[in-house]
Amino acid sequence: MAFCDENDDDATTLFFCPNRARSGRSRAPPGMLTLTDVGRRFPGATPGGTEALRDANLLLSAGDFVALLGPSGCGKSTLLRLIAGLDRPDSGQLTWDAGQPPAPGEIGYVFQDATLLPWATTADNVFLPLRLRGESRAQAQPAIAAVLARVGLTGFENARPQQLSGGMRMRVSIARALVTQPRLLLMDEPFAALDEFTRHRLQTDLLALWQGLGCTVVFVTHSIYEAAFLARRVVLMTPRPGRIAREMLSPLQAGANNDADKRLHPDYARFVADIAHAMEAALQ
Amino acid sequence: MSARFAPIVFGSLALLGWEAGLRAFDVPAYVVPSPVAVLASFVADPVGLLVSLASTLAIAFVALTVAALLGAAMAVAMASSRWAQAAIQPWAVALQVTPLPAIAPLIIIWVGDPFAALVVCATIVAFFPLFANTATGLASPPAALQDLFHLYGAGRWQTLRLLRLPAALPYFLSGLRISGGLALVGAVVAELVAGSGGFASGLAYRILEASYRLDMPRMFAALVLLAVAGVAIDHGLAACGRFVLRRWGQS
Ligand SMILES: Nc1ncnc2c1ncn2[C@@H]1O[C@H](COP(=O)(O)OP(=O)(O)O)[C@@H](O)[C@H]1O
Ligand SMILES: [Mg+2]
Repeated sequence: MAFCDENDDDATTLFFCPNRARSGRSRAPPGMLTLTDVGRRFPGATPGGTEALRDANLLLSAGDFVALLGPSGCGKSTLLRLIAGLDRPDSGQLTWDAGQPPAPGEIGYVFQDATLLPWATTADNVFLPLRLRGESRAQAQPAIAAVLARVGLTGFENARPQQLSGGMRMRVSIARALVTQPRLLLMDEPFAALDEFTRHRLQTDLLALWQGLGCTVVFVTHSIYEAAFLARRVVLMTPRPGRIAREMLSPLQAGANNDADKRLHPDYARFVADIAHAMEAALQ
Repeated sequence: MSARFAPIVFGSLALLGWEAGLRAFDVPAYVVPSPVAVLASFVADPVGLLVSLASTLAIAFVALTVAALLGAAMAVAMASSRWAQAAIQPWAVALQVTPLPAIAPLIIIWVGDPFAALVVCATIVAFFPLFANTATGLASPPAALQDLFHLYGAGRWQTLRLLRLPAALPYFLSGLRISGGLALVGAVVAELVAGSGGFASGLAYRILEASYRLDMPRMFAALVLLAVAGVAIDHGLAACGRFVLRRWGQS
């Protein structure tokens, strides 16, 4: 397979070969989803349309935190929508290890904007996914209270979106995605529109949430710093046509220094530099 | 000074200027009546005009209600099926661009009952803003929210009830405000076309009657009453819209 390049011996890079053990772990983690030669082309102004994605190969393991990193227009959102089942590939396939695509509620999705119902309270917005599968408000109440506590929104149950700050709206959006206890959390540049202080807080809190919940996260971003800070595995993408250039494993310890210290750690700085160099090479 | 009183101040100044101008140039009352003469004409027989106003308002109110129900229902039908959209849209536009005076005589002939005929005419005028606004509102939720509903396996009905209808509410209410004025205009235009052959009790009939008799003050009194009613309808519907939106947390 194209992404299985045995000659690459860069220590921070690991191309996913099912038969090769992952460094630092004795047993391969359970798989979740395999993308094989996935392509997507949109009909558009140019003859032949826009090739948003070409030959994407990706293995998603349970419990992983993967960042899809690349400049705007390289097909990150397209890839995420394909994984979510919101769109279908024109070529290639997605193979779920469970044998069938996830049921509604097994995938949580967070958009760049909080995309809340403007007329609904925090609690009602978080209730929505449960409501859509037929639960009553009383049934759902414990789950809503628990997930709001997790994202630090206890006390804001009855606030409406326009009464909340951008960061708090994003927390509501994350709570809504988590309320069904998804196995897979997909996030499309969720913090891109927030100020830096809020973004750092949310990044730190997201890592704590991920460690507490143990779900798989695929996080789309165009920020090298954000990808290096959050992800266990960074997938580099390049535009025109959108393709996966390479993958890099984080040298940072999962679970350690999930705060400002981590941003000053030499390993973090080195990882950022490595990604930047790799991205530069890939974009040429 | 608060902008709230600006219309009153402006109106009073205009009335003063009007009265002064007429006196200065000695304009005869059968050409332009003075504000005082108009007021006097109204005070002389207020009941006749007010009863006529009530009759016209009844037509406008029934027409607005029918237009609201019909407009919302057809917008929902259009939102739930592409076929319905293709089937309804061009006819709705055709209805909108046809001038009411051109079709009113036909409607009055076809619909035997004069009250019903006038309601049909006013409904035709009031229908389009309600229909078009509601349709726009139903399609207004951002793509990401529609994706979210899709992701959680929401059906058509759930998406309509929990996303599209609440999103359409403010659009519907602003359509209602536009159509409120149009329903009144439609009622009066239909009454004018029907003339004395129609339902001879509306405000338009008073206007026609006064113009035949060259009773300018009476004619102006009827026109002023009509304008006041229009402003009242607009304000009432605006307040009603604000109340509904606040109740539904959409203010
Ligand atoms: N629905 C669509 N229709 C047409 N072109 C699209 C559509 N979605 C994405 N594209 C195009 O595909 C390319 C990749 O888009 P996208 O996946 O949104 O990139 P990214 O999220 O990395 O910025 C872009 O050139 C974009 O214009
Ligand atoms: Mg994108």
